[in-house]
Amino acid sequence: MPLRNIIVTLKITPKPEEIRFDPVTKTIDRAKATNEINPADKNALEMALQLREKYGGRVITVSMGPPVWEPLIKLAVAMGADDAILISDRALAGSDTLPTSLTLARAIAKIGDYDIILSGEESSDGGTGQVPPGIGEWLRIPHVTYVSAIEIIEEGRARIKRTIKGGYEILEVKMPFIASVELGCNTPRFPDFRRKRWAEREFKLKVWTIADLELAPEEVGFKGSATTVVELRELKPPERLKRVISGDPDKLAEELAEIIRSIIK
Amino acid sequence: MVLAERSIWVFIEQEYGVIEESSLEVLSKAREITDKSGGLVTGILLGWNIRDKARELGRYGAHKVIVVEDKILETYLSEPYADIVGWLIEERKPDYFLASATRNGRDLAGRLAVRFKTGLQAHVIELDINEDGLLVGHVPGFGGNIVAVVKNIKGKPQMATVAIGVFTPKKLWSEAEVEVVDYKVEVERLNMRIIERVKREVVDISKSKRVVVAGMGTGGDLELVRKLSETIAADIGVTRPLADIGVAPRDIQIGSTGVSLNADLAIIVGASGAPHFVSGIRNVKTVISINKDPEAPIKEFSDYYIIGDLFEILPRLIEKLKR
Ligand SMILES: Cc1cc2nc3c(=O)[nH]c(=O)nc-3n(C[C@H](O)[C@H](O)[C@H](O)COP(=O)(O)OP(=O)(O)OC[C@H]3O[C@@H](n4cnc5c(N)ncnc54)[C@H](O)[C@@H]3O)c2cc1C
Ligand SMILES: Nc1ncnc2c1ncn2[C@@H]1O[C@H](COP(=O)(O)O)[C@@H](O)[C@H]1O
Repeated sequence: MPLRNIIVTLKITPKPEEIRFDPVTKTIDRAKATNEINPADKNALEMALQLREKYGGRVITVSMGPPVWEPLIKLAVAMGADDAILISDRALAGSDTLPTSLTLARAIAKIGDYDIILSGEESSDGGTGQVPPGIGEWLRIPHVTYVSAIEIIEEGRARIKRTIKGGYEILEVKMPFIASVELGCNTPRFPDFRRKRWAEREFKLKVWTIADLELAPEEVGFKGSATTVVELRELKPPERLKRVISGDPDKLAEELAEIIRSIIK
Repeated sequence: MVLAERSIWVFIEQEYGVIEESSLEVLSKAREITDKSGGLVTGILLGWNIRDKARELGRYGAHKVIVVEDKILETYLSEPYADIVGWLIEERKPDYFLASATRNGRDLAGRLAVRFKTGLQAHVIELDINEDGLLVGHVPGFGGNIVAVVKNIKGKPQMATVAIGVFTPKKLWSEAEVEVVDYKVEVERLNMRIIERVKREVVDISKSKRVVVAGMGTGGDLELVRKLSETIAADIGVTRPLADIGVAPRDIQIGSTGVSLNADLAIIVGASGAPHFVSGIRNVKTVISINKDPEAPIKEFSDYYIIGDLFEILPRLIEKLKR
């Protein structure tokens, strides 16, 4: 029997090196930053596509975010996702990991008929890694984090490789389950050129509101969150000498050797 | 007299009876908070044949330790761990629950926060309880350049995971009261089991005095880096992509998803200086980097920025240092 749905939670994040902090307004300026599919989610998507190639099933991405995410979600479709859903609603603004995992779990339940849910190990902006175990709890299914490989061993069971301190462990887990996929554990494929054109022009992204998920405005967003951000601060890099040394490799090495000797003495 | 009205629980991670050092850091921080504003610190210790280790947790700040023993708890496994800790929380209703932000600590806390519909702060680098009894923590984001001051506003226990290596375990002259709680794990009802574990000895480079760090500029060839590290008696660290491609273990990967260095000297070769990486070298005293790009971002984070090809510089450097 082929796998049932493989659902990938997909977040769009700004490139961290392009983020600016405005010290006056104490806000983060994301406007100049390029958006990308959250790197670990790209690995999750690649893993989902490979699972589909081996065991069948449909790969569906689900994202909770603003409409501006649409082009990048379509890129995931161009990579091979069969379908994509965006949950977008003004009421969702300010959600911490509690309502975020709730909303994603509701959407996953609405899609239904799933065997495997894949998330990224963490998002490159928030970076909490809390959302995947949270989804597992809302859906009352097992969760495994920091996963680098999944293999189906028999009907309803998978063998999962999880990174641990000093190495890895292999778990046997009953489906359905949610796994958070380790950043960099595979090489995400490039979008297929023809599929990309099709995704951009013809593919219709499904957009759901919280009403579609039977969620009340108080359950999500700022109101539904259990934490609040009091203030943002910039963590200034430590003062460094920033002495630049360049020139002939022989002389460079000599000078550098002197510097190192004076430090390790 | 210690006031008992406020209770902070700290998850004590262990594996085959060996306690995870970063759990002791959290324990000491929790004790610092209760010493200041009252309350009891309780360590939650799950494992197998582990009760002997419980009493000495008093030395790191635990007033009390609750122990649950079962063979299946010998190493971390999300389902039984979440069920047992969740059951204990339900029974005894602690006010706060803290864990170290290790893979397992995050795994457990993420699940429990939703079970109790409560706030969870991620890998905090500063932590306190304010006048209103609310947990306030500093949560780094965007690779660590920006810190959000976060307050819990809902739910009990108020939760946080604590960044590794930020707080220091302190030694006290006290023993913890130990309570062993009976709990029978119904193994046949679990949805998961561990069938294999592969582990090697880990060098904890967060404590190394000197580290040579390899980036992707090495192309994954660590030969020269190894030679340099031997020459100056340093340990080796890598940027994340080198661990991704498997030329080095994850445990020596530096940055926001790896280790933070506290070395006197770090020599960084062929790394660009991405935000997620540089957050791991903040506490290094002297940073030397070698990069063939005259303007790589790592320049701003270096005391000495050597412009050149590492494959040309390192052999010469090693030779000169040997002399
Ligand atoms: C959520 C998330 C978490 C992350 N966590 C971490 C983390 O904890 N740690 C981490 O390191 N990364 C992390 N990353 C990845 C990070 O964003 C960067 O991709 C990574 O740090 C880049 O590694 P690098 O500097 O080795 O490689 P590159 O960015 O490719 O840089 C290679 C450098 O080598 C130089 N070079 C090339 N050839 C030579 C030569 N012959 N001689 C001298 N110099 C040369 C180049 O000029 C360049 O500057 C994370 C990313 C995300 C999204
Ligand atoms: N708004 C979101 N939409 C879709 N997926 C998300 C969202 N937030 C978090 N996730 C998923 O949860 C993972 C971990 O995120 P985090 O807990 O924020 O570090 C990400 O890699 C995503 O797969």
